[in-house]
Amino acid sequence: MKLLNPWPKYHKQNVVSHYCPGCGHGVVHRIIAELLDEMELGEKAFCVNPAGCAVLAYDYLDIDMIESSHGRGAAVATGIKTVRPDLFVFTYQGDGDLSAIGTAETIHSANRGESITVIFINNAVYGMTGGQMAPTTLAWQKTTTTPEGRKPKADGYTLHITDMIAPLPGVAYAERVAVTSPAFIRKAKKAIRTAFQTQVDQLGYSIVEILSTCPTNWKLSPSESCEWIHTTLEKEFPLKVLTDKREEKRKSC
Amino acid sequence: MNKILMSGNHTAAEAAIRAGCRAYFGYPITPQNELGEYMAEHMRKIGGAFIQSESELAAINMVVGAAAAGVRAMTSSSSPGISLKQEGLSFLSGFELPAVIVNIMRGGPGMGNIAPAQGDYFQATRGGGHGDYRTPVIAPGSIQEIADMTFLAFDIADRYRTPVMLLADGMMGQIKEPVIFPDFIDPQTLPKKEWALTGRGGKESRYLASLILDSNKMEQHNWNLFKKYEAITANETRYESYHTEDADVIVVAYGTTARIAKGAINQLREEEGLSVGLIRPITLWPFPSEILYTLAKDVKKFIALEMSTGQMVEDVRLALDGRAQTLFYGRPGGIIPEPDEFAHVIRDAVKS
Repeated sequence: MKLLNPWPKYHKQNVVSHYCPGCGHGVVHRIIAELLDEMELGEKAFCVNPAGCAVLAYDYLDIDMIESSHGRGAAVATGIKTVRPDLFVFTYQGDGDLSAIGTAETIHSANRGESITVIFINNAVYGMTGGQMAPTTLAWQKTTTTPEGRKPKADGYTLHITDMIAPLPGVAYAERVAVTSPAFIRKAKKAIRTAFQTQVDQLGYSIVEILSTCPTNWKLSPSESCEWIHTTLEKEFPLKVLTDKREEKRKSC
Repeated sequence: MNKILMSGNHTAAEAAIRAGCRAYFGYPITPQNELGEYMAEHMRKIGGAFIQSESELAAINMVVGAAAAGVRAMTSSSSPGISLKQEGLSFLSGFELPAVIVNIMRGGPGMGNIAPAQGDYFQATRGGGHGDYRTPVIAPGSIQEIADMTFLAFDIADRYRTPVMLLADGMMGQIKEPVIFPDFIDPQTLPKKEWALTGRGGKESRYLASLILDSNKMEQHNWNLFKKYEAITANETRYESYHTEDADVIVVAYGTTARIAKGAINQLREEEGLSVGLIRPITLWPFPSEILYTLAKDVKKFIALEMSTGQMVEDVRLALDGRAQTLFYGRPGGIIPEPDEFAHVIRDAVKS
């Protein structure tokens, strides 16, 4: 009997997921594991995983990995890629990690056009610490630190970091996707493939922002969470290619 | 090679390159800017990595990445910038990654000033960052020693898989002295780092983590680190002993203050016939406690001289363990004491 959908080579088997039911991390891990195999990148891949729920990504992805302190993933990845340009280096970061505490590292690695790929999980809250407000939290969204909803005048406005860095000349490719249904997952995989290929082609920095579910902290069921992404979160963070400078980079090479 | 005249900052950079360092990440801060500038001029030419980072935090985390990939990596800064690097020092210690961090100290706290000071002793030797770890700290006393100790720092870092700090002050960074550099080391000839992460390459995947949620495993990790620190203490403690054979009073001072203290001691011995000596800790952690304790069998008075309000003096007291009296004299804030000033203090101690 042939398995039509076997374990991807670079996803560890027989592991019990620590992610909550309905969480998007597992889906994104699987996409990455499949692409590393399909694109033959797994043997030279080096992933920098963050502080946050995905700190344990090395329990699932079967590739070389290093933890980063909170927010510093892009700096660690820069250090790796600068001394070993032959490796395939990507970070896996959440919205708090990448757009709050790691804002400077995110912007400057993008601005230097570091040849790294950033997988950015945006679920509009801090997951691991229990659902506090993130920079990506929507106005009037309730979190444990915005119990009456995020009041923009007091708590600030929703931050769109991928849109902020997309115009930078160093950013070759940026896209925002979701992982809420098979169709959206296929689109997400295509976006990550493009971002990975951007690094392989040495065209510069690439980032994929993934609108991902956090049912536990949103206090919604998994299916309601997927729905909320499209009815609400997507309105603030439209799914689209934010920049694609690959052709112009290719010409200037 | 021939003797050349070079500043401390340039010397640390040149020595690092010669020691096989191929990755430097830093952020400008006075009085150590010449170190990063030297790296900017030379590092990429020899195929190494140089990045002027967006912050000291980014710089030390770039060091984490380069070190994890098995390359000799370095960053440098001065006091306020070193505060920002403490997160990285803690992570490097947790990951057990080798790296060299240069601190060319200035006056503090806060922004302080850009004059030489020794106020970062506690921060350097007591960890600085969070968690149960130690950082080997080497305090060179001359420009020649900056060259030699930079090599030593990389060797200790690699041998024990730990970050090592080279601690000097603005005076040591800025003054020029003749220096003879050790020969270039080809990084390819360094012992292979089997633990370095460079992609699976057909083998099992590996990861570096400092998150150890299981308390039993975390405790074991802490004890493993402790054993390593015991080995460093046993093997790497270094000091200079100067005229201690016949001394009635022994000065304890490091770096710039040790240089000034030597002048004062020479003056007191030659002009006044006083039997005074010096122990100059070269490693501040591990501190040369044993020699102080041994000397305290016969010597009943020790004076700690520092460019601070009294930090290393605590290690002197701990080392002597009540066997002898510990006196202290210090000038903080970027003041460089005069030899006469130290001579006065030492003379008073001998005669009181």
